[in-house]
Amino acid sequence: MSPTLIQHALLLSLALFAIGVVGVFLRRNVITVFMCIELMLNAGNLAFIAFSRAWGNLEGQVLVFFVLTVAAAEAAVGLAIIISIHRHKDTLDVDAFNLMKW
Amino acid sequence: MVAHSNHEPASGHDEGAPAAHAPAGHGTGHGHPPEAGFAGSPWVVLLTFILLFGAGGWLLRSFPDTVPFAILLLPLLGFTVLALFGDAIRDQGEGAGACWLACGTVLTSFALAVATVYRVMQFPAGDTGLRFTQPYLGFEWIAAGPFRVQMNLLVDNLSSVMVLVVTGVGSLIHIYSVGYMSHDPDRVRYFSYLNLFTFFMLLLVLGGNLPLLFVGWEGVGLCSYLLIGFWFTKKSAADAGKKAFIVNRIGDVGLILGMILAFNLFGTLDLVDLVSNATSLTEESLWQFGPITTVCLLLFLGACGKSAQIPLHVWLPDAMEGPTPVSALIHAATMVTAGVYMVARLGALYSLSPTAMTVVAVIGTATAVLGATIALVQTDIKKVLAYSTVSQLGYMFLACGVGAFAAGVFHLMTHAFFKALLFLGSGSVIHAMSGEQDMRNMGGLRSKLPWTHRTMLVGCIAIASVPPLAGFFWKAEILWSAYKIGGWGPYVWGMGLAVAAMTAFYMFRLYHMTFSGTFRGTEEQAHHVHESPRTMVLPLQVLAVGSILAGLLGVPAILGDVLHIPNVFERFTEPVFEAAHEALPQVFTAAPPAHTIEMALMAASVTIAAFGIALAWQLFQRHPEVPARIASSAAPVYRLLLDKYYVDEIYQAVFVRGLALGGGKTLHAVDRYVVDGGDGEVRPGLGVNGIGWFVREVVAKGSDVWDRYVVDGLVNLTAAIFDNMSYVFRSLQNGLVQHYALSMLIIILFMIGIGSRFIL
Repeated sequence: MSPTLIQHALLLSLALFAIGVVGVFLRRNVITVFMCIELMLNAGNLAFIAFSRAWGNLEGQVLVFFVLTVAAAEAAVGLAIIISIHRHKDTLDVDAFNLMKW
Repeated sequence: MVAHSNHEPASGHDEGAPAAHAPAGHGTGHGHPPEAGFAGSPWVVLLTFILLFGAGGWLLRSFPDTVPFAILLLPLLGFTVLALFGDAIRDQGEGAGACWLACGTVLTSFALAVATVYRVMQFPAGDTGLRFTQPYLGFEWIAAGPFRVQMNLLVDNLSSVMVLVVTGVGSLIHIYSVGYMSHDPDRVRYFSYLNLFTFFMLLLVLGGNLPLLFVGWEGVGLCSYLLIGFWFTKKSAADAGKKAFIVNRIGDVGLILGMILAFNLFGTLDLVDLVSNATSLTEESLWQFGPITTVCLLLFLGACGKSAQIPLHVWLPDAMEGPTPVSALIHAATMVTAGVYMVARLGALYSLSPTAMTVVAVIGTATAVLGATIALVQTDIKKVLAYSTVSQLGYMFLACGVGAFAAGVFHLMTHAFFKALLFLGSGSVIHAMSGEQDMRNMGGLRSKLPWTHRTMLVGCIAIASVPPLAGFFWKAEILWSAYKIGGWGPYVWGMGLAVAAMTAFYMFRLYHMTFSGTFRGTEEQAHHVHESPRTMVLPLQVLAVGSILAGLLGVPAILGDVLHIPNVFERFTEPVFEAAHEALPQVFTAAPPAHTIEMALMAASVTIAAFGIALAWQLFQRHPEVPARIASSAAPVYRLLLDKYYVDEIYQAVFVRGLALGGGKTLHAVDRYVVDGGDGEVRPGLGVNGIGWFVREVVAKGSDVWDRYVVDGLVNLTAAIFDNMSYVFRSLQNGLVQHYALSMLIIILFMIGIGSRFIL
């Protein structure tokens, strides 16, 4: 793999991750925030694959499967939390969810 | 319960045995088996007896030392079963099972007691001839510094006699109660109390130390209260129970104080050690031993309460509100003799103190006279017997007071027989008369109640000291013991003789009013009169035989030598009282008079008893109109006796009105004006309110200023600091997850920045 390709792949991964971070911080809809988290995870996945390709071994790809598994589990738990919050508050606006203080 | 309620209206007032009713209930379609119910069937009763006796026999063979505990605990077992499963048992066969279970435990105890006494008699006698065993449960009951109390019993010559009396008379009265209480729906409760009483009474006589004796002492008091007030819906019965309990408490204070003082003096409360410590005192230390008199008098106060002696005798006549078998067992044969037992048991202690002996003798004599005189005029059949009991208990204390402990205990034993007999006989009469207790409404019952009549006649003869029945021997023995001590002895003798005459008179007055002449009751009662069921007559017959034979156990030496009958009883109990009798010469220094005088005195007591009997016969059989004329011509005396010397009224005025109410008012005034003091508003004073005023006005106000400005000031200052700082930090914690994540991000970037500074 050429150095250029990995540079491009990493730059793409960084871009995706940055979009995810900005989304998590700035968006007000929980579903969007949640999707941005998924975006960050997938940015991580892309970086793993790029490195796997660069070093010529499969460990990075194996790790991606773990991340996907965890992401699936996290999606299940996260969506369940969102539903339960929605039932409680009747809204999906994150600013309404301010229970995490004394 | 179903069977019971269904047949009750049908069988109405039928007097038959309870088991006979039961089959009547099965036809009502409630699916009851045709038998009288499981627990009521005679086979179960028989099986229970066989099981109990078998277990007792096995215990006796294998672990003879534990048998006294078995004697003690069997009635407790009966009580526990009846108390826990009473309702279930009552539903079966109308409670007959409960009755027979109670009888079974006490009968088994009696059998074991006989075996134990036999075994103790086989022991090699010590130097003193005392044979005893002290079974030990294997643990220390109380261990508080030097104060140690073992869980041990004492089976010796004296407690053997007592155990035999308690279980023997007790089981007869249990059997009698089966018949007597057959109409009472609350029989199971009655029998459970009766069993509990037997347990506590056995604990009292078997306890190896004073605290254990005290537990039994209080326990019998409790059962006495429960049984006097057995028909507690009747106010007089409930009141009588309370009265007995409260009067007994007064005595018990003395008993507790006496025990404490005795422990201080002797360092032990074990009965055996107590007596040996008392006898080992040297003669010099002895006469300077003032406290020993105090100990004896305090313990005697306890005995006065339990044994109904002046001034605490007032509860016993009222106690007749209880069922008659209870009066027989508790208030004639066993519990009320506990005081005599204790004084006799500690005879060695008493004989060290001439003052205590004198007090015991004087109180005993006075009570004997008081009880006998009141009994002369009472018309309630049970009240006559109750005052007779008071009087006879006085006789027992008289015996103890003049040092004739063996004679006192012998009287106790024979009295248990004939007084139980008389009470049960009167119960049989009352039962036949449908609850009538007034002798003026009786008469002519001789032919209608043949067995009750015969047995009660035996009882009357026994108590009236006609030779050769029990009363004659102990009365001769006691009166001789009183006479021979010299000093005030002959006066006591004279009083005792008068009491003997009165006893013979009032007992035969009772006999004639009840059984001779013509029937004076109502038509309804006349129609009802019937001889009691077999369960009631049998105990009467056994007790009558006992009353006749018991006297032969204690023939005084002077007659026994002539007739070649040894004084079995005295020889048997002598070792227990030896220590006491050895100390006596120091108390009673007079030389004993000659034997001819003893013979003369004995003849005098027989003559005077015969005189009493003849007088009663003259007045109540031949000339029934004369007593009323005597009563009206000596009206003040008659009223005085009829109203029991107004002792109750005096107590009411002095203690209840005077002390409780008057004292209450005085104390209220003291409380209000001295203790409270000051008016609590303006005027300062020395009492509680004055001090309160000072505290409120000066101390509290100063403290308030200090509190408000200094203590609170510091607290508020600290709070203010944190309060102000919180405005800064509060804005960070707004609950929005995105803000938290942002802080995280900033910090992570910051840390990466620092980290990269080091790495790069």
